[in-house]
Amino acid sequence: MSAEPTAPSPLRAPIRSRHGGTVYPGQSFEERMATIEFRVGTRAHITVDSAVCRSCTTKACVSACPADLFAPTSDGGILFNYEQCFECGTCYQVCNEVGAITWTYPDGGHGVVFHHG
Amino acid sequence: MGEPTVPQASGPSPVRFDAVVVGAGPAGSAAALALARAGRSVALVERGPFPGSKNVYGGVVYGRVLDPIVPRWWEEVPVERWVVRRSTMVVTGSQSLSVDYRTQAWGDAPYNGMTTLRARFDRWLADKAVEAGATLVTSTVATGLRRDATGRIAGVVTDRPDGELAASVVVACDGVNSLLAKEAGLLPRSAPEHLTLGVKEVLELPPATIDERFGVGRREGVDIEVLGGTGGIAGGGFLYTNAASVSVGAVLSLTQLAASGTRPEAVVAELKAHPAIEPLLRGARLREYSAHLIPEGGYDTVPPLAADGLLVAGDAAALTLAAGIWLEGVNFAIGSGWAAGQAAARALASGDCSAAGLASYRAALEDQFVLADHKRFRGAPGLVLSDRVQHQYPAMVCDLVEQLFTVANPEPKPGGWRVLRRTAARHGIPLRQLAADALRAARIFG
Repeated sequence: MSAEPTAPSPLRAPIRSRHGGTVYPGQSFEERMATIEFRVGTRAHITVDSAVCRSCTTKACVSACPADLFAPTSDGGILFNYEQCFECGTCYQVCNEVGAITWTYPDGGHGVVFHHG
Repeated sequence: MGEPTVPQASGPSPVRFDAVVVGAGPAGSAAALALARAGRSVALVERGPFPGSKNVYGGVVYGRVLDPIVPRWWEEVPVERWVVRRSTMVVTGSQSLSVDYRTQAWGDAPYNGMTTLRARFDRWLADKAVEAGATLVTSTVATGLRRDATGRIAGVVTDRPDGELAASVVVACDGVNSLLAKEAGLLPRSAPEHLTLGVKEVLELPPATIDERFGVGRREGVDIEVLGGTGGIAGGGFLYTNAASVSVGAVLSLTQLAASGTRPEAVVAELKAHPAIEPLLRGARLREYSAHLIPEGGYDTVPPLAADGLLVAGDAAALTLAAGIWLEGVNFAIGSGWAAGQAAARALASGDCSAAGLASYRAALEDQFVLADHKRFRGAPGLVLSDRVQHQYPAMVCDLVEQLFTVANPEPKPGGWRVLRRTAARHGIPLRQLAADALRAARIFG
């Protein structure tokens, strides 16, 4: 190793574990979500007005939702699934289209149940 | 814990309590406990099936706030490990620099910090309120504020049939998204620039493996805060030990996360794969993935804390402290909830639950650590989340140390000042900028 690196260490250099894989090789997002208990209610506590979403240029909810519940549709709208929601509020906080997301809590006793939070 | 007591409205008049506390997290349970101890009838309304079921935290509960609330709390609190090692780690993609502090003093009563599971800790504190006489109502959402004929807040509306709860004072401890504080006009509907998203994985490992990898005894734990490991997104990483699992995660600026298009679990995956972290987690199995918003705006974003018939505490009042190396929340929730409950009890005793009658709450918080700490570190969020602190300085500091400790014989060692000047220049940081930020940090933290 030289005393003077020729460039600063890149912040976002590709990182691999020593074994070349990730810490959890092959774990799918579905398997990740299967670690959480959800007592799914019959009422959708979050509703998305896809007509409003069509004029949205960022669709930040799609990438920011930690439960990955927002999917863009081919006609420019948003498809939303409330069943595996963390109830965190990220979606309506990053939403820049007034009226696109209606956000409430699930009915009492329903929704996510964390055991190791 | 017993079965939840369901209030039954008899006829047209709603069930009446002196006070209703919404949210059985640490703030709400402390508030209900204070009110019950003062001899007041109090309902503690929780939307989850049990207290703690909706809650996530990022590392350490500092318990001394419990001293006046539960004497010798450490003998009964559901602790995972007592934190005896506290590490601050600065990382780039392939480097890390740690300041690691250990003291056995933190491993003995009255201890300093503990790791815990919120499903257990929050239940424990709620049980204290119930033992003192509070009525815990679980699986019930307080959907709005109840108002009397004059429009004054007079309890809450719940999602139960005939579920109005009448009270002279409501203590809103309903979390970072506080629908009640928003309805009362105390909190803005959205303010993503003052929020971070915490994403966490709880990874199962045998207790003996944790002891070995982290160099601690069976009941001793470690808390590691990481700066610089969150890709291009402002925030930080964390890692702490439970009894039989390790929790690892990231806290991310919500606006920068949204703008980046990066998925939050991808940031955690990158952090876990860092060469300084991966060996600690090797072979662990994912036990639970979770996420939660955190109000990190600090003192300048704390809302008005009282209105006629209403107090706000905990995350609902944006009282999480995120001041660089001090990252605390649960103790601030307990401290604010306890003060809110006491102030509500005083207001009830005086017969004045107006905003003026409840004003002793804010005064108490200003006198104690809750708002005193926030006020002291009010400039911290801006500095800590700045581009230089988040990106430039971690890379510069790691390179600086690498050059100091790289032996490049036959070349002689360079002097420290020369290395500093050279490294700062290479990272595009003028020395006067470095000095200015050092002065700013000294003013904020000094």
